[in-house]
Order: sequence, then C-alpha cells, then structure tokens
Amino acid sequence: MAGIAPNREGTPLVEMRDISISFGGIKAVDHVSVDLYPGEVVGLLGHNGAGKSTLIKCLSGAYQADAGEILIEGQPVQIRNPRDARAYNIETIYQTLALADNLDAASNLFLGRELVTATGLVDDSAMEAETRKIMGRLNPNFRKFKEPVSALSGGQRQSVAIARAVYFNAKILIMDEPTAALGPHETQMVAELIQELKAQGLGIFLIEHDIHNVMKLCDRASVMKNGQLVGTVNVDEVTDDDILGMIILGKKPAHLAA
Amino acid sequence: MTKPAQDAAPRVARRGLLQTLEIDTRLLGMIGAFLVICIAFQGWTGIRAMAEFTLNPFAWLANGRFLIPQNVFNITIQMVSVAIMATGMVFVIVTRNIDLSVGAMLCLCSALMGILQVTILPKTLGLGIGHPAIAPLAMLAGLALGTAVGAFTGWLVGYQGIPAFIVTLGGLLIWRNLGWYMTSGQTQGPLDSTFILFGGAEGTLGPIWSWVVGLIASALAVLGLMQARKAKERHGFPVKPLWAEGVLAGIACAAILGLIALLNAYEIPAGKLKRLFEARGEAMPDGYTTGFGLPFSVLILALVAIAMTVVAKRTRFGRYIFATGGNPDAAELSGINTRLLTVKVFALMGFLCGLSAIIAQARLQNHTNDIGTLDELRVIAAAVIGGTALAGGIGTIHGAILGALIMQSLQSGMAMVGVDSPFQNIVVGIVLALAVWIDIQYRKRKGIR
Repeated sequence: MAGIAPNREGTPLVEMRDISISFGGIKAVDHVSVDLYPGEVVGLLGHNGAGKSTLIKCLSGAYQADAGEILIEGQPVQIRNPRDARAYNIETIYQTLALADNLDAASNLFLGRELVTATGLVDDSAMEAETRKIMGRLNPNFRKFKEPVSALSGGQRQSVAIARAVYFNAKILIMDEPTAALGPHETQMVAELIQELKAQGLGIFLIEHDIHNVMKLCDRASVMKNGQLVGTVNVDEVTDDDILGMIILGKKPAHLAA
Repeated sequence: MTKPAQDAAPRVARRGLLQTLEIDTRLLGMIGAFLVICIAFQGWTGIRAMAEFTLNPFAWLANGRFLIPQNVFNITIQMVSVAIMATGMVFVIVTRNIDLSVGAMLCLCSALMGILQVTILPKTLGLGIGHPAIAPLAMLAGLALGTAVGAFTGWLVGYQGIPAFIVTLGGLLIWRNLGWYMTSGQTQGPLDSTFILFGGAEGTLGPIWSWVVGLIASALAVLGLMQARKAKERHGFPVKPLWAEGVLAGIACAAILGLIALLNAYEIPAGKLKRLFEARGEAMPDGYTTGFGLPFSVLILALVAIAMTVVAKRTRFGRYIFATGGNPDAAELSGINTRLLTVKVFALMGFLCGLSAIIAQARLQNHTNDIGTLDELRVIAAAVIGGTALAGGIGTIHGAILGALIMQSLQSGMAMVGVDSPFQNIVVGIVLALAVWIDIQYRKRKGIR
C-alpha cells in the first residue's frame, strides 16, 4: 500500500471526462472518465490494446480526442499538441522513451526547451552542467554525458527520460511502463522516485502491467478493457485477484460492484 | 560536479595523442585521404613532366604540376558551387530526406538571373547595360526564387507527406525544363560585369586584402578555441592541456595562411593585368606583377561554411534538425514542429542553390541550359563522402566541404594525368561506394549505430 493517502477533497489536478477517440472505425477509447489528485498515483491497467496508452496520449498531446473534455485544476483546456501539454506542466515518459539516439543526454533532456545564451545560441555547457546536477540526484552512477544516448544502457536511457520529465517542474506526470526495460535494482530506484515525487504533490498516471508494482505504488487503479473503463478502485480495498479479475473478465469485484 | 573531473584525471595518462587533441578520427581519416590524393597526383604529374624517368620519388614530387598555385586556385574555384550546395544537403539528408532537384533548381535560378541581366533589367525596364543595380537585383531575384522553390518542395514533403525522393525527382524534370522554357533554350550572355566578379578568377581580393582576411580568420579561429575553453572551465568541466589547444590553433592558422599564400602566389597573366590597368585608364608600370589572392566565391564559401556550422551546432534550428533525423517521433513529442522544420530545411537548400547559381553562372560567364547538370549527384556524393549518413541524424558541414574538395581534386587530377573520361567517372563512383563502406566498417568498430 502506498505511503500517505492523498487528500481527495477539493479540485482534482486532472479530470478527463467522457473521452472518446477512434481510428478508422475502431473505438480505441470509448467514453472513458478518469481523474487524478495532487500527491496521488493512479494506475492505468488493462491488456495490450485496451486503450490505456491511447487515452493517456490525449492528455500528453500526441493525440486529440474526438469527444470529451479535459480539465486541469478545474479549468477546461484544449491540448492540441505536446507543446500545449508541456505548457500545463504535463510531462510524459513514453514507453519508447522518445529519445533522439544521436544526441547526448543534455541535448535530449532539454530538447524543445534549450537553454540559450544572451545571443540566442544554444548553451551546451550550461545544459550539461544542469544535466550533471539532476543526474547526480537521480542516478549518481551516470557518467556518459558526452556520448550519444544510443551508447547508453537501458537503465541509463530510462534515467535520461525520467530526468527530462522531472526537471521542468512537472505537476502532472505520465509514466508509460517505466520499469518494463529495467532490472530489479533500477526498478527499485524508480519506485523510490515515484514516492518522492508523490510526496512533493505531483499527480502521476502510471501505466503498468505488473500487478505487484500496481499494488505497491498506486493509490487507485483504473482498469480498461476494449476501450471502455471497467472501473476505478482504491488499491487498499482490493486484492491482486480482484484487479486481475477486472482486467481479464472486465467486471468489478462483487463486494465493490454495488 | 567535482567527481567527473577527478575521474578524468587518471584517464588522461592512458590517452593517446589524438584523444588529447580531441580530433575526430573520421575527420582525420578524410584529411589523410585528401593528402594521399594530393601527393599521388603531384608525383604522377611529376613523372609525366620529367624529360627522363628517374627512380627518385622526390624528383617526381618536385616536378609535379598538381599542387602548383594555378591548379590549387582552379580546384578551389571549381569546387565552390558544389560545396555550397553540399552544406545544405547535409541538413536535408540528416532529416532523412533527399533532394535530387538541386542541379535543376540551380539551372532555374541561373535562367532567371540570366534573363534579368541580359534582357529584362537593361532593356525592358530600361536601366541600360552596366547599371550598378543590375547585379544586386538579379542576385536577389535568384536567391528569392531558389528559396521559394525550396520552400514549395518542403511543403509538399512536410505537409502533404509525399516522399522527398519523389517530389525532388519530379523537380529534377520540372525546374530545369522550366528554365529552358523561360530562356527558349537560348544561352544568356554576356553577363553584367559586376555579376561576373563572383565567379572566381574575375573577382579576387588581391594579395594584401587576402592576407588581411587570412589573419582575421586565424584570429577568429584562435578566439573561438579560447572561448570554448573558457565556457568549459566556467562549469568546471575537464579541459584539454594548453599545449593541445596550441597545436590545434597552430594547425588551423597554418592551413588558413598556407592556402592564402598559395592563392597569392598564382600571378595574374601579364596580358590580363595590362587590360585591367587600361580599363582604369592607367598605364601598367614595367615589370609589375601581382597575385590573384582569395577569390570572392571562395570567401563566400567560407562564410557559408561558418554560418552553416553555427546553425548546425549552436542554434535551436540545427539542434531540431539533428533530433528529427535521430528520432522523428521523439522530436514531435518534444514539441518540435517537424513539418515546418522540413519546409525550412528545403527552403535553405533552395537558397543555397540560388547562391551556387550565382557563382556557377558567373564562373562560366553565361547561362546555358546544361548548367548544373548532374550537380545533384555531385552534391549528394560530397555530403556522403563527408560522412553524412543516409539513415539520418549524422553529418557535418566541414565533412561535406571536404567531400566536395576530394571529388574535385580527383577529377582535376585525373584530367591532368590524362585518365580517359569514362574511367574518371568510374573512379568517382568507386570512391563513393568505398567511402561509405569504410564509414560502415568504422562505425561497426566503434560500436556506433
């Protein structure tokens, strides 16, 4: 069960209401509503193709929903592209990490938000210095600041992607299977980081396949199947098997169904 | 912050000379290949020039004709137009596109500038032959047309999603023949006398100003190295030893001033010099000689090279070009407008085609329909020999220029030693394939994708 229970009174950080999006006649997301409060981790679960990633891409600006609305801190907003999402302090760590392999860590961390000198030229030294600072906090063993990220290990690449999301004072963090490519030690580091960010009051959407991680890291879990929302449950009111049942059968557990 | 510096200290001891100098080994390889070409042709032309064959290689080199000032001068002015376009092609290829229409765009821009100079401006608009506004107006029109055609190509690729290969293959057919149609296939000339100054031999700085430019360039090179070092020190990053910086600065200055010395050593023929004096209404003093010095066209190439390098390495635009080439999806998700970026990259390519058109036309002293024929292949080959990866994301401006220089040297050298025309092209083709093969092997060794 995850640390301190977040305060779910007041305005949610994010509300996605009645979101629908279809691709060529297939409803990838079908009238789904989810919300997220400050200091909360909400797990998004479901089989491959259930619509979790598609739903979350509407929030990160990669896709635009066909119907439904998104509210940030109670205000309805339009998120048309990733730039809009960043303007609302929404940061995303994609499953593919979305790193430009030919650039070094600092260039990736600041991609799209480069630090510039007074003359408007990119300031590589300043960016490297900032990258060294944040990596010193996230992954103290990180040394390869000059190499392109293609030369890094999976865990190192992951830490660059995480650093990019955390560095710019995110309020809302979307993590798409952040531990899928990681070893046990690195997975533990990500888990600790999530706890730390939670304590700072960030809201985190966590797309995750591993039920064990969901039970350990999440406050609530929203389960999707075939593009529809099966239900949202408080993680400490259910068992592993209840959630598995939701994922596989698409039904809420009997004791919560009422 | 201090940790990396401490780690670096013991590593220095194990480093070789090249690591200490922080020179890219692949750049060094290219310079090496270029030097081998120069020495080989110098020796070969030397053997041919000698009355009697001897087994003394030093005699071969001493008698060589390849590295004499006149030939160095010719090679530099012949490579400029391809080299300028090759710098733009680096950006196009880095963003995973290709532009097969550069030769045709050059021809179209040249056609427009030719008509403007020969007919429209002096006759239709009545400025009269030799009006000082003709050259600048024609150049602006040519540059604007190139930029517009490039931007249109970029719009078709970026916003309409047509593969660049197809769009520019179409452009290859369209633009040259549009130029043909505009000029009714007629050669346009003679060109404006100011315009011709940008071609090479007709417009040079002369020895004194060439030395001034060379010294300024050397000073800037040293200043640049110093500033880079200061920026590193300010953030506490490890810097290379001072002697290494000194060696680099020395090599840079020697290369710049050596080239200036060679260009100055090529003396203007007496007859031509006499005509120059007569044109100014003066009498040439007896025994007067002077060198050509740095041609304006080469100065323009140098400025383009510096500007494009700054764009590539120090601007957001350049950073986005490389990010998009490395991973288009990641660039898009980072908020980069990759479609607009494509338009900008092709527009820049078009602008550089316009610039090359000025220089190529001025060098040939008229516009013909076949100007820039096969330039697309020379430009792509120069970029690729210079280490630009067709898969995108990798390439350098200096590499592309060196690639253009290597190709021009090969062609010039082969022509001098009397290699038959079909063999010249066969050799260039082999060199292109070989350069890419070596590059692939090099990357495999270094474990770079």
